[in-house]
Amino acid sequence: MTAREVLALHCELAGLPRADWQPEIRAAIDLVGLADRADGRTGTYSKGMQQRLGLAVALLGRPNLVVLDEPTSALDPVGRQDVRRIIGALRDRGATVFLNSHLLTEVERVCDRVAIVDHGRVVSELTMAELGLERGVSVRVTGLDGVGRDLAARYGPTRVDGEWLHVDGIAETDVPALVGRLVAGGGAIHAVVPTHHSLEERFMALLGATSEPAVGDAADPAAGIEPAADGPADAAPPSTSDEARP
Amino acid sequence: MRSVAAIAIIARLTLREAVRRRLLWALAGLTVVIVTLTWWAFSRIADASPITGPVEMLGVSQVTVMLAFMFSFVLAMTAVFAGSPAIGPEIESGLLLAMLARPIRRSDVLLGRWFGLASVLVVYALVAGYLELGAVDLATGYVPSDALTAPWYLAGESLVLLTLAVVLSTRIASVAGGALAVVAYGLAWMAGVMGGVGEAFNNDVLRGAGTFSRLVLPSDVLWRGTAGALTPPESVLAAGGVANASLYKFSPFSGAAPSLEWLAWCVFWVVAMLGLGIVLLRRREL
Repeated sequence: MTAREVLALHCELAGLPRADWQPEIRAAIDLVGLADRADGRTGTYSKGMQQRLGLAVALLGRPNLVVLDEPTSALDPVGRQDVRRIIGALRDRGATVFLNSHLLTEVERVCDRVAIVDHGRVVSELTMAELGLERGVSVRVTGLDGVGRDLAARYGPTRVDGEWLHVDGIAETDVPALVGRLVAGGGAIHAVVPTHHSLEERFMALLGATSEPAVGDAADPAAGIEPAADGPADAAPPSTSDEARP
Repeated sequence: MRSVAAIAIIARLTLREAVRRRLLWALAGLTVVIVTLTWWAFSRIADASPITGPVEMLGVSQVTVMLAFMFSFVLAMTAVFAGSPAIGPEIESGLLLAMLARPIRRSDVLLGRWFGLASVLVVYALVAGYLELGAVDLATGYVPSDALTAPWYLAGESLVLLTLAVVLSTRIASVAGGALAVVAYGLAWMAGVMGGVGEAFNNDVLRGAGTFSRLVLPSDVLWRGTAGALTPPESVLAAGGVANASLYKFSPFSGAAPSLEWLAWCVFWVVAMLGLGIVLLRRREL
């Protein structure tokens, strides 16, 4: 079958009025970027194109709720960006998108709210802001004494890991001032790397919290997060995301 | 009503796939070849020995039944190979999951697939069956005792095997399900022969084995109906030297019209198996 025929079948199964089929199909094909291959056999499609077609099928009939299961798996970077764009367009239209994914960096980029499921049980359901994916900065600095390091503490909690000084929660606009103070304090700056707590780190921390009930009250997500965030996350190696790790 | 519409959509889709996969063209091409060969072979038989007496007629009838048996085998294989991939691959590829996001039930998908394939098989069995009997008539002048009904029995036999293959496809991989269905078909035929022997020699154990096998898989009931419909009338048999008709019955190429009870059992079996298939599909994790 061609992509157009697959979409027509779903229009029919969805019970859409026949007059709406063509506009719906055209809109869906355009949105997922399959216009060039819409009349090609789906059997000849790459995995990425099949994913796009699956998305187009889900978009027919302008649903208010769209459930997507691993929509970016098997997609190249361009395809992933397209999927993010499509999800954004759905959100702007007022639809609710339920995205299920193990690619937490994708979730982090797209979602407003996150529910973390462990062994079939929702262990946490929070907004991204509540998850506290706060940003920070890692500075590779030498020649800095203890006083100089204390200067950095006014911008947020600090940690020292060899030549790396990590400052959590610092506003992006304060980074130049921090660097200025470190230089004024006698430090030689070798590198400045923006960092943030990744969802993956929070995810692992949350699972750690739920598997160790003594840390907090697991029935209260907020109570479960705070101790865990201060515990395992801080105890982990440099608290940066994979992309930003120096 | 909504369900009927959904079944019709899936059945139409199945038919379209059959056309696209060249199944219909392959069946049509094979039919033309087989009918032509049948006419040619029977013409040679008639040329060698004109079909004038009961003995010649009996000979022609036995070749016709043998031909029908080969055709029933082809039909059975077609039913199994068409039915085995009806559900399983759809689940594995995720297509069924996407389809079931629409207002459509799993039972609609299974029944739609069955009706689509069943219509292909029935049309094929009837068209090819009547054309073959027409070719035999044209070449030899032999018309079986119940030529009009015989292709319907063949069609019914193919539906029994299609049902078995479709039900197996809800749980078992296509190749394994197809192999199982073929083996079951062969066993049912063998058990039918044993039952015929039991009938001819009045042996209760063999007769019971045949009956049990026909209850489990009634394909042989319909094959025996086909053979019976293609056999000459009793008078011709007697004139041809087959004095004891009950002894003749143990031949795998003989038979008689099934009773109404057996026909009802065939219908019930198909319906019950489709019900089982629906239950199995409903309980399957997609």
